[in-house]
Amino acid sequence: MVFVTWEVPAILEGTAVMKKLINAAEDVVTEALQGIEAAHPDLRVDLVNKIVYRGDLPRSGKVGVISGGGSGHEPMHGGFVGLGMLDAACAGEVFTSPVPDQMLAATKLVDGGAGVLHVVKNYTGDVMNFEMGAELAAAETGARVVAVVTDDDVAVQDSTWTAGRRGVGVTVLLEKIAGAAAEQGRSLDEVADVARTVNANGRSMGLALTSCTVPAVGHPTFDLGEDEMELGVGIHGEPGRERIPLAPARDIAALLLEPILADLPFRAGDDVLCFVNGLGGTPLLELYIMFNEVSKILSGHGVRIARSLVGNYITSLDMAGTSVTLLRMDDDLLSLWDAPVKTPALRWGI
Amino acid sequence: MTNGATVEDLREWVRAFARRIESNKDLLTELDAAIGDADHGANMHRGLTAVVAALGDPGLDTPAAVVKKVGMTLVSTVGGASGPLYGTFFLRMGGALGDAQPVPPETLAAALRAGLDGVVARGKAEAGDKTMYDALAPALDALDEALAAGEPWPAAVRAAAAAAEAGRDATTPMTARKGRASYLGERSVGHQDPGAASTALLIASAVDALGADRERSTTTAGAAGDDSAP
Repeated sequence: MVFVTWEVPAILEGTAVMKKLINAAEDVVTEALQGIEAAHPDLRVDLVNKIVYRGDLPRSGKVGVISGGGSGHEPMHGGFVGLGMLDAACAGEVFTSPVPDQMLAATKLVDGGAGVLHVVKNYTGDVMNFEMGAELAAAETGARVVAVVTDDDVAVQDSTWTAGRRGVGVTVLLEKIAGAAAEQGRSLDEVADVARTVNANGRSMGLALTSCTVPAVGHPTFDLGEDEMELGVGIHGEPGRERIPLAPARDIAALLLEPILADLPFRAGDDVLCFVNGLGGTPLLELYIMFNEVSKILSGHGVRIARSLVGNYITSLDMAGTSVTLLRMDDDLLSLWDAPVKTPALRWGI
Repeated sequence: MTNGATVEDLREWVRAFARRIESNKDLLTELDAAIGDADHGANMHRGLTAVVAALGDPGLDTPAAVVKKVGMTLVSTVGGASGPLYGTFFLRMGGALGDAQPVPPETLAAALRAGLDGVVARGKAEAGDKTMYDALAPALDALDEALAAGEPWPAAVRAAAAAAEAGRDATTPMTARKGRASYLGERSVGHQDPGAASTALLIASAVDALGADRERSTTTAGAAGDDSAP
């Protein structure tokens, strides 16, 4: 592996070169998949269809759970393949939806006769490509597919005037919880119900301190001043609600939590899973500072943190920043969250 | 093609579309950079390159087979939202072409409309959402009107191309309500929709391939190989 540097146009002063641990921009997805295969002997990789899948498939009678999306959000989704979570994940090009052939191939790989759940983030391309993949699978094998679409980003106004809210942090929690339900032997309809419950009870919002740099593009997706941050940013560098001056972590926590709490709304006495996520370029030290601030605000609202997750799980390449997701829990969701999981990125109870 | 579209006419339409996409690749990407994710030109170019290669596959000897192959190839290679939308357009169109060779103009117009219906079913777009629909729907309306008025096919296709371009230009002042551009809301105003722009190229390519006022052999299928040059 070598450091590769590129010249950047003069208009992007201050970002002298793109510095990434890659060989060639066009090979990043394939070579990362090869790395996953080399690192995790439990997993298999189909390099032609760009699918990461469990080595013990299909399992008769178990509902298959697959997801997928553009690359650049690692460990989502390939890092969530394994016992108790996803059966397969389809990797698209960086920030580009995978194509229906991939979802067709993955659906066939994981279908043990009990049907397949597709976990889809609400982006126009992802929704349509998964829909076509499901249609092809139904036509080809008669596979029964149910898709659940995540749309938890409160930064986007949900209305008929937009493509709807984006699927962000809740996707990670949903994949863990629905995966556990499938592992328990629940039916496709039951697994889909659990997945819908997670999406309906979860809300997220993100904040960027820097842009990200797509390898094939070579320069930052957007310009953000040294003293600015983008509130409500999406995971592909989409614009947020507003650009505001840099602020201390306690203020950022409040800026993110207030819209989240008001939207569901979360109420005093609620038990939540509190997920403080890094967008790829922010150290864990800072994420724990964020978690501390978030926990103080939740305590002030009487919202109890029943479970927590802190780390880089749904990222935006090298973007510095964070997102906060709250998921209102009930006993079923708590026991599914606690159930054993063995994937590259989440692992407990094994 | 007053007597209808042969297999070779349809191949030439697709090849003409591929050429127009290639020469407008950077423009499409530039339009997409303003309100989307800056990959429409690259994605369409990748897809149409694969389509042109796939046109050489064996067994593509009917209009329906050619057009369905185009759809499947676009679905598999374009990605994003454009892959399913353009792919569905050609798949549905192929399904409505029937068995007659050459394809009569009325059948071709109806098949194009079946493609539009597929785009609507897939993308849920309506008039004024600032999408490819805003170029495609007026084009097919103009085509139907011209044919109903007894215009010859070449004039009808040219009317469709003019309507597609007008529809494309009309997207500029619209506020996007579908796709990634919709996150921008009011900030999408003032930018031409890249999907409408590539759709105008698709209809213009039909003029290149199908709309010329020229003498043609009247012909059974496969005998019309005289117009494959650019």
